[in-house]
Amino acid sequence: MSDLKEIFVNTQHCTGCLSCKLACAVQHSKNKDLFSALSQDPKPKSRLYVEWLWGNTKVPVLCRHCEDAPCVNACISGAITRAENNAVITNTDKCIGCWTCVMVCPYGVIGRDKDLKIAYRCDRCPDQDHPACVDACPTEALTYATVDKFSAEKRQAASREVAQGQGG
Amino acid sequence: MSLRNQFEEKTKDPAVQKMLGIASEQEIETVWDRYENMLPQCGFGETGLCCRHCLQGPCRINPFEEGQETGICGATADVMVARGLDRAIAAGTAAHSGHAKHLAHTLLKMATGEAKDYKITDAVKLNKVANRLGIAVDNREEKEIALDVARAALADFNEKETPVLWAAGVVTPGRVKVLSDLGLVPKGIDHEVSEIMHRTLYGVDADPVNLLLGGLRCGVADLAGCYMGTDLADILFGTPTPLASEANLGTLKPDHVNIALHGHNPVLSEIIVKVAQDMKDEAAKAGAAGINIVGICCTGNELMERHGIPSCTHSVSQEMALLTGAVDAMIVDYQCIMPSIASVAECMGSKIITTMDICKISGADHIAVKEETAAENAKQAISSAISIFQTRKNRNCRIPDITNKVIAGFSTESIIAALSKLDAQDPLKPLVDNIKAGNIRGVCLFAGCNNVKIPQDTNYIQMAERLLKENVLVLATGCGAGSLMRHDFLDPSKTKERCGEGLFAVLNAIGEANGLGGPLPPVLHLGSCVDNSRAVEITVALANYLGVDIDQLPVVASAPEATSEKAISIGCYAVAAGLPTHVGVMIPVTGSALVTSVLTEKVKELTGGYFIVDPDPQSAADKLISAIDERRKGLGL
Repeated sequence: MSDLKEIFVNTQHCTGCLSCKLACAVQHSKNKDLFSALSQDPKPKSRLYVEWLWGNTKVPVLCRHCEDAPCVNACISGAITRAENNAVITNTDKCIGCWTCVMVCPYGVIGRDKDLKIAYRCDRCPDQDHPACVDACPTEALTYATVDKFSAEKRQAASREVAQGQGG
Repeated sequence: MSLRNQFEEKTKDPAVQKMLGIASEQEIETVWDRYENMLPQCGFGETGLCCRHCLQGPCRINPFEEGQETGICGATADVMVARGLDRAIAAGTAAHSGHAKHLAHTLLKMATGEAKDYKITDAVKLNKVANRLGIAVDNREEKEIALDVARAALADFNEKETPVLWAAGVVTPGRVKVLSDLGLVPKGIDHEVSEIMHRTLYGVDADPVNLLLGGLRCGVADLAGCYMGTDLADILFGTPTPLASEANLGTLKPDHVNIALHGHNPVLSEIIVKVAQDMKDEAAKAGAAGINIVGICCTGNELMERHGIPSCTHSVSQEMALLTGAVDAMIVDYQCIMPSIASVAECMGSKIITTMDICKISGADHIAVKEETAAENAKQAISSAISIFQTRKNRNCRIPDITNKVIAGFSTESIIAALSKLDAQDPLKPLVDNIKAGNIRGVCLFAGCNNVKIPQDTNYIQMAERLLKENVLVLATGCGAGSLMRHDFLDPSKTKERCGEGLFAVLNAIGEANGLGGPLPPVLHLGSCVDNSRAVEITVALANYLGVDIDQLPVVASAPEATSEKAISIGCYAVAAGLPTHVGVMIPVTGSALVTSVLTEKVKELTGGYFIVDPDPQSAADKLISAIDERRKGLGL
């Protein structure tokens, strides 16, 4: 499982441009193209969120696809399962729209599809090598990497700071 | 993927492909690299759904998000998109009319004796323009007439009792009525630009249709700026007549002092061409075989049209001229000059010389050119180029051995003169007869730029090939003409293979009657981007001859690789004039279904013209041909 990638967020890089949200909606539209998505009815939906915190911090928030996911355990109809790419997905045929997953999700990233009357969330773009939000991010606030790689980079950055602090 | 293929995806011009190989080998960054680095581009910008017009913003409307239908002030997507478009139209109008105003000042200073390096070159054109403006010409000195024309030109910028004369006086009577009824007759060129800035301010116009009508009126003011630019340049420097020239990077000469003149206005470049003649000795002393002047973009078009100065390259490939290492100085005026040329020049040991106080570039030398001291300034710039040549003469130049033969120099006057060889009494008759007979199915004007998003020249080549085969007479201006000339569309030896039978017969008959011993080139080069006015003048002449309005004629326009905001304002006056007008790149309006439908459909009920936005050159050509056929049918042809 070590080569599985996750979408990581660097809030210091996020400018709040919302390009990730646009790209997400386009990727989940019929033709996967911005200009034709504009006229699609019902509108395609973005599955991630950019929260704003006092002090002007912008925070992209999206399904963490938790290993021990509360939503998978809580789903009464067995609609939430783990896909091949390790993403937690909601099976549209089985979802009964009880919103239990919404109640138990620690991140608040499960949405309500008013047309289909079911829950929807990030599926980590199963048809693509990279999730659309990551590709669309101009500042690398979103990255797609393994835990090992992401942590290694963080260790490197932290090491540089420690070394600098100690006059290294 | 091979390197060669990579470059074919960037440009269809073989000379530019060669230079891209050199850029890649020398690791010099070009516009294509910067475009790739810029991806992905912001979807809010692409759709026009962002607004920075006040300090409560920036705002953007997510078209896929419910409950976020407006900006902070309450402006809807329709309002946001219309306001953004209006400001682009105003910018384009300001640029063309700024160019015209510069010529008006030059004409005025020439007439008062302050600018001694300028003279009246075409007195016939001066009288023609004066007559149109109601300025007396009989028994008057040329300079007196010129002074009145210059004053009338400058007066057209302000709001005054009369409408803008260079707009109201240059279209058909029917068009004046249509524009008057819709409130689209501009009151003053600067006034319209200024009014757009006012109405698009925080908390002013919030009716998208009203905003669009304001934008269209500003577009009509842009026609005035363009038309004035052409008129005044013709008076000062001569009206183009057909001549032979060459295009592409092969026009640079390794043993010469190479000076590339880039930008738009002939005010300085004309003087440089003249002064260079007197500086041959200085160049020879420096060890050069001569001074070789080439053009880039519309400054190049102006010089090619009037003097047959070769065009080196255009638009998106301007950096390539410097990459040859052969350009000693690139002397620029304004518009479409990528700031990146300063760093490419630094890499190659050549020099960028800016000349206009509104257009300086960090890293370039600046010579503040004034009309009063133009020749002196030109001499200084040429001397600078010669001194660079001395440092470069032993350096290796890598000039692609590619040139294209060009016949240019078309204008309303020179086309009518050519037609008069077929019918001296009634020169438009042969043209109209051939349109009626179907030998000329219609007319298409190609205008505009190259755009880095489109493999350079692809749309021009594909669309022109198709339309010519369908017997559509093709006119071109600006970097559209620049594109087509680099693919032999201005070479008369290609007329037979490029054109349909009917069109070939007409072009051949005109060529033969004018003693060319063969046809006119497949595409007629009308000049720089302000010279789109020449296409309007020809169209108006045809409409008046037939006693119909412009929106009934089988005439269409296309900016298939548009980049500049000037292309948007030109598109607006083409639509206001009544023409189906194609744009080959997405304009940032798709975030509003209302604005998109007004521009592409509803405006047809008002002016008869409309936008066709289609990035696919083949289907765009289909749509233009259908528009031509629809109009032929309307005329009973």
